[in-house]
Formats: sequence, C-alpha cells, structure tokens
Amino acid sequence: MNTYRSLNSIKNAIKAGETTCLNLVEFYIQNIENNKTLNAFAEVFTEEAIKNAKEIDAKIANGNAGKLAGMVIGIKDNICYKNHKSAAASKILEGFESLYSATVVERLLDEDAIIIGRLNCDEFAMGSANENTIYGATKNPLDNTKVTGGSSGGAASAVAANLCLATLGSDTGGSIRQPASFCGTIGFKPTYSRVSRFGLIAFASSFDQIGPITNTVEDAAIILEIIAGEDDFDSTVSTKKTDKYTYLLEDKSTKRIAYFPEFFENEGLDGEIKSTIESQIQTLKNNGHIVERVSFPYLNYLVPTYYVISTAEASSNLARFDGVHYGFRSSNANSPESTYTKTRTEGFGKEVQRRIMLGTFVLSAGYHDAYYTKAQKMRRLIQDKTNKILKDYDFILSPTTPHTAFNLGLEHKDPIVMYLEDIFTVLANLSGNPAISLPLARHSNGMPFGTQLMAKPFHEADLLAFSHNLINSL
Amino acid sequence: MKITDKLIKEISALAKLEFDEKSAELMKADLEKIIGFVDKLSEIDTEGVEPLIYLNEEVNILREDKIKAVITQLDALKNAPQKDSDYFKVPTVLKK
Repeated sequence: MNTYRSLNSIKNAIKAGETTCLNLVEFYIQNIENNKTLNAFAEVFTEEAIKNAKEIDAKIANGNAGKLAGMVIGIKDNICYKNHKSAAASKILEGFESLYSATVVERLLDEDAIIIGRLNCDEFAMGSANENTIYGATKNPLDNTKVTGGSSGGAASAVAANLCLATLGSDTGGSIRQPASFCGTIGFKPTYSRVSRFGLIAFASSFDQIGPITNTVEDAAIILEIIAGEDDFDSTVSTKKTDKYTYLLEDKSTKRIAYFPEFFENEGLDGEIKSTIESQIQTLKNNGHIVERVSFPYLNYLVPTYYVISTAEASSNLARFDGVHYGFRSSNANSPESTYTKTRTEGFGKEVQRRIMLGTFVLSAGYHDAYYTKAQKMRRLIQDKTNKILKDYDFILSPTTPHTAFNLGLEHKDPIVMYLEDIFTVLANLSGNPAISLPLARHSNGMPFGTQLMAKPFHEADLLAFSHNLINSL
Repeated sequence: MKITDKLIKEISALAKLEFDEKSAELMKADLEKIIGFVDKLSEIDTEGVEPLIYLNEEVNILREDKIKAVITQLDALKNAPQKDSDYFKVPTVLKK
C-alpha cells in the first residue's frame, strides 16, 4: 500500500529502498483502475509511464536523476503533450494529437516527473462542476453522489483519491481552487504571467494560469519552482526572476491579513463555513498576526465583470475551431460556410456555445462600449482596489467557496447559479494576483471546504511559506 | 435588455453557430438572464477610468529571431479531418 503524500516522503522511501518509481507507477495504475467510477482520467498513459519509471529508477541508481524524480503527475486535458491526445473535454477536439508539448510539460519531464495521464475537466475549462464534458462527470472521491467542482475536477479528484501524487490544472476564474476546496486538496493559482501558457488550450487569455493541485504546500512550491519563469514561446510571461520557493517555506514572521466583511455577509455563504473561518481568524490573531476587517465594495460586480471579459476572450480564442485544420468536422458540411457552422454547432457543448454567444454579443458593434469596455474599466477599479489593500496587508483571507460540493446532476435552470460558484475565487483572476486554497475543515455534512489566501503579485514565496505554516498548525 | 430573435440571428451568424427554433428560444432566455445580470455594472461610475486591457506589466518582450521550433507540413496536416498529400481539404467552394 502506498501512503506517500509528498515528494519528500517518496524520495526518502526510494533512498531507503522501500519503493521505486516502478512500484509507485504500478500502484497508481492499479488505484486508477480500482477507482474507475470516479472518472478522473480521460486517458492513462500506462505503458509509457511504466517505461519512464524504469528509466528514472536507473537514473536514481546512477545519481543523475532530476529534481522531480519520484513524482507521478497527471495533467488536465487542456495541457498539450507532444504526440498525445488533448481534447479539452470537447467533441470538437476529438482525436486531436498535439504537435508539441506545453512548456510546463517540457519542464516537468526535464526534471524526471512521470506523466501518468490526462485528466477529465469541463469543456474548454468552462464550468464549476466538471459535468460539461464528453467523458461524463467526474465524481467526488469523498462522496460519489457529489460533484468534484470544476473545471479542474479530474485533477482535484485524482489527488484526493491518491491516483497520482500531484496534478496540473488551469485556473481562469477559480478552476483550480474551487475543486481543490470541494475535494479537500491544496489548489494554487500563481500570479498571472508567472507560468508560461504555451501549450495550454486557451479559454480567456488575460485570466488563464496553470497551477498545481497537491497534498502539501511543499509539493506546490517544488512544482512552481520548476514550471515558473521566462519562456521564449510565450511573450506574455513575466521575465521577473523566480524565487527558490522551497527554501523559503520556513519563514514564520507575523503577517498583516485583511478580510472583507462583504464576503462574510454574502447571503450565499454557508453558516458553518463562515463560523469556521471566523474562528480561524481568531486563531491567527492569537498567534500574533494582525487580522483586520477591510471593506471591499465590489463583491457583487466581480462575477459580472469576469463573465463579460472572459466570454469575449473565449469567443475570439475559440474562433480557431473551424473544422478545417484539426479535430472534428461535421459530416453535414457541404460548403465552406457549413463546414464552420455545422462543425461548431455539433462540436461545442451547450455551455461553451452560451459563452461564445455572450462573448460575441459584448464585442459586437453597438454593444462593445457598453459591455466590453465598461467591464475593462471595472476591472481596473477592482485591480486598483485590491492592490491598494495589499499595500497595507500581506494577504487577503476568505472562504474559497460559498458551500461544500453539491449533488451531481443538478440541472440548474439558470446559468447564473453556476456562475456564482466563482464569487470568492474570481477576484484573483480579475486582478492577476496569486491565490491558494487550503483544506480547512470538514463540514458537518461530511464534505471538506477550503480557506483562500491571496497575496501581492509575484509574492508566491510569502504566500507558500505562510500557507505551509498555517497547514502545519491546523 | 430585451433579446430579440433578430439579435440571436445576428450574433449566431457572427459566432458561426446555428440554433433551431427550440434551442434559439432557450439561448434567448439564457442570454437575457445573463445580460440582465452583467447589466449590474452600469451601477458603477467608471467615467475617466482607463480600461484594463493587459494584465502583464511588461511590454514588447523581444528575443533573437532564430528558428527554434519547427512544424513541418506533414505535422501540420496530421490532425486535419480531410487532407491530401499537400493540402487541407474542404468541401467544394465553387459549384459547377
């Protein structure tokens, strides 16, 4: 039985001769098979993972293995891996095999991580339940009648169920942190532009960010250290130096933390989550940190701003799916025009179509200024306010999600109900700041929930160190 | 805002999507709800605020113009739903 929950414990076990990469991969493959009902994986790279495990075991024996030797990792189905399928859980990309690897994948492989498979998610990362997918919904490992959250639901489910050590997800409005909260794992979204997006199938380019889902903060730090930083293939990635995130975890200085009363007074927030976070605030104060109420006037404008800009960007990004160059083409296509229209109508799911329509609307002549430009101005106000608060404080503390994982198969009549799932997470994407969800407690209904910390742009080292100490004190 | 059938037609033509009568009705109802929801933004005075367009602080990150990754013609055609040895194939454009 493999109970290793961190890369360090695995490395120690390998050193002590208790396990090998091959043992680990065989264990995970068996565990994936045993937990097939979770539907976490879209595909398992069985033979290849076994082959790589043997090679890395040999490297370890020779003393020339990379920093991630021993880490078995899964990648979300929207992260490209050369000569492997990648479909973003969409029919329109059925059969597509990537011609190149995402920068994050290259960097993981260079350090001898073993990629065990690709993970179920919402179609083009659009969703908060991991139910909008050609593979069928993923299930929450803690209760199979509940959703995992989304869109990186497979990624959170796989870590929670020990189907691999860690996963890479993507976070556009909360897609790493919300499922992490629902499944009781750590979910970390770095600062916008900290990690290259080259090879990430685009949803909303000014929001999308790749990040890890892990059991420990240490593993999140190790992964960030490897994947972050400059990249010749992404001109939007920051050239700022990356930190040695793993070495900085021991910082135990006292911090200044803000929390927004508007978030806690939100009528959608579950009472038990509210009171647990309030008592966490008290504990932080008792431990010498300064925790203060700070008013944030824009709570009810966050999700509207996000939906205008992100759907505009999505409608433009998804224009490339034309039925000509790759993926699915409708068999009803009999002209160039119908190649586009029939393919897109048959190939995109309902939620994706809804967002393309909204995005096309807000960008169309006559509505552009009233919606798109208006939302961009709003985004400026939100970012300015956030960073003004973070001038006086190190972190902003909030719940990650308003409630715990809900039941599978709820057919919401109103799409806005689902959009409001992102109410606490979307701020970090609008402003670009780094944010992490840490498992906080179990609700009396049995399901876990997380607490969210947000930091100044590029202050991942502070955020991870504080999170590391916080988790160890829980 | 009232979403009309005409507007749904115009937007779907731009988006290269088509809806039958029933799904057009559903899309109309959804869009009306969502646009009503995002209309909340009009409550905030944004007069004189510069729109936030780029989230990255750096502009014009340049590198040497050297070829680094190459996709061959064969690679490029690999995922095409229909192709011949040199080209992507599409249904006939000009009818006889």
